[in-house]
Amino acid sequence: MNEVNNKSNSPISKSLKRPPLVTGKKTFKNITDDICALTEKWPGIGYFVALFSAKSLFLFYIAVMAAIVVVGMGLMGVNNPVNWGTDIITFVFWIGIGHAGTLISAILFLFRQKWRTSIARTAEAMTVFAVMTAGVFPLLHTGRPWLAYWLLPYPNQRGPLWVNFRSPLVWDVFAVSTYAIVSIVFWYIGMVPDMATLRDRSKGIRRHIYGILSMGWRGTARNWSHYEMTYMILAGLSTPLVLSVHSIVSFDFATASLPGWHTTIFPPYFVAGAIFSGFGMVVTLMCLVRLFVPQFKDYVTLNHMEAMNKIIMLTGMMVGYAYASEFFIAWYSGSHFEQYVFLNRAAGPYWWSYWIMVSCNVLIPQLFWFRKVRRHLVAMFIISIFVNVGMWFERYVIVVTSLHRDFLPANWGMFDMSFFDFGALIGSFGMFLTLFLLYIRTLPAISIAEVKTVAHEGH
Amino acid sequence: MKEISKKENSLLARLANGLLKLKEAMGPETEPVLAGIWTDQSSFVSAIKGLKQKGYKKIKAITPCPIHGLEELLEIKRSWIPWVTFVFGLFGCLFGLWFTWWTSAVDWPLIIGGKPFWSLPAFIPVIFECTILLGALSSVAALLYACGIPSVDPPVLDKDLTSHKFALYFDLKNKKSSSEELEKELLALGAEKIIHSEF
Repeated sequence: MNEVNNKSNSPISKSLKRPPLVTGKKTFKNITDDICALTEKWPGIGYFVALFSAKSLFLFYIAVMAAIVVVGMGLMGVNNPVNWGTDIITFVFWIGIGHAGTLISAILFLFRQKWRTSIARTAEAMTVFAVMTAGVFPLLHTGRPWLAYWLLPYPNQRGPLWVNFRSPLVWDVFAVSTYAIVSIVFWYIGMVPDMATLRDRSKGIRRHIYGILSMGWRGTARNWSHYEMTYMILAGLSTPLVLSVHSIVSFDFATASLPGWHTTIFPPYFVAGAIFSGFGMVVTLMCLVRLFVPQFKDYVTLNHMEAMNKIIMLTGMMVGYAYASEFFIAWYSGSHFEQYVFLNRAAGPYWWSYWIMVSCNVLIPQLFWFRKVRRHLVAMFIISIFVNVGMWFERYVIVVTSLHRDFLPANWGMFDMSFFDFGALIGSFGMFLTLFLLYIRTLPAISIAEVKTVAHEGH
Repeated sequence: MKEISKKENSLLARLANGLLKLKEAMGPETEPVLAGIWTDQSSFVSAIKGLKQKGYKKIKAITPCPIHGLEELLEIKRSWIPWVTFVFGLFGCLFGLWFTWWTSAVDWPLIIGGKPFWSLPAFIPVIFECTILLGALSSVAALLYACGIPSVDPPVLDKDLTSHKFALYFDLKNKKSSSEELEKELLALGAEKIIHSEF
């Protein structure tokens, strides 16, 4: 032992020593206190201002949706030929956001990336809320959401007439609903031991609520053994699931014969884009959490933020490669229609959306080559917002620019977003942020039990 | 309260009675146990080693988080949950295969896009999602069963056991050595507190 200790004190190994995952030399008691404090103290005025704003936006969103449902889809900008508009664009946008949460909680878990521990819970919460927000849009897009149950195969009086399992839209129903269920279960099972911690600390009505949520968890060694096994299985099942979900979302486009959609690169391109946008959102939220919850700075350190920024840069270059590859294939295929679509994207009437996409997703994240930018909170916050904007425009480019020009010039048209399009897009952030703000003050925002296992480990 | 007990048939009283019965049914079966509590993780682990050297078997532990190496020390067998995942995942896969085939090729075959009635490649996404969904939900159900949860109001030996303390506990039923002897052993191994309780 002594030899090892002497070695680790030598200047060389000191410089090579990994920085601690959790700073501030926390004991188990400190960890419990720090994380539980957020749910136990009455929030400050700033929180209520944020919650009130988010909730107002949410109410506005409900009003917008109600108007669209009652009056009809004519309120939105969709038309012939652009029959997929803001609803589908924003659906793909929110589903993509969700993917980073599963990447952090499942894929990085399987790769034994211990730094994921501090951010996994909040990233998973983001996944759940993003999928919930996303799920509203396709239903709204159907125009008659009260008949949404027709999407499910159930015995009915019309034959029974079953759904068409060859349709990518039905695959989407299965993929997104499975993803939502498995994500919620994974998130909740992860929280059960922490609920027991909260239960044992609280009194009165809070004890009852957390007691019910903890399901009577006891934490015996045998329980933990089963628990860790189940956690690993859920991570193992979520990993192919998350890759399948965005692949299937991309099939919605790729199985159509429309130039600009009909490409085999779509599944990997969509998955990389989803992880890219999701990490953008995690960085945005984590910057805010670090700003408003100072005691979390010891758990979500600059090293965590830097690691996420590296992933943003990597996946940003992957989508950049996909953009370039699409152009190359359009030229190499020799198909006039394909070539026209891509030239039209970059130089046609929607050139601005294409160049917003390229600059936000490919050019701006290049700033993360500089260590100072990767570790600068204001800089990464601004860049992450650009990433979010860029990824919404990516879906806008894919949907709108491919649809507005068809094989026949007689079918050509344009797409303009109406007030209700903007209302649904902006209002959906109200729903997402309301859920997130309620979550952060009521549930354990960092996994208490998991952080304890890595409290004294290196990055 | 008196009013309620008078009218025993009132809805509220029946509901309260029902809830109490449910609580009894859902509550765990408890046994008298003797437990020692530790705050320091390393002395807790060495206490287990010490007890094992002295020939104690069936040592049970409660920890605030999973502790590396505890399963080997306490001779806990590898969890059987993966078998549940495998069986139900396979069942989900076969169900998906059968259901897409039966609805599209048997019950009401329709020609769609000139594709065969049984278009297996197009059915793979749905079959895959059925596999994952059933595998995941069955694993979680197996976890709940294995841990005996949900259970209503299980006894808590010490409120800090979910925060920063560790416990070893022994069933007092069928115990050969007297509980006083065990108490002395636990204290000698650094336990800071001894608890007699139902667990």
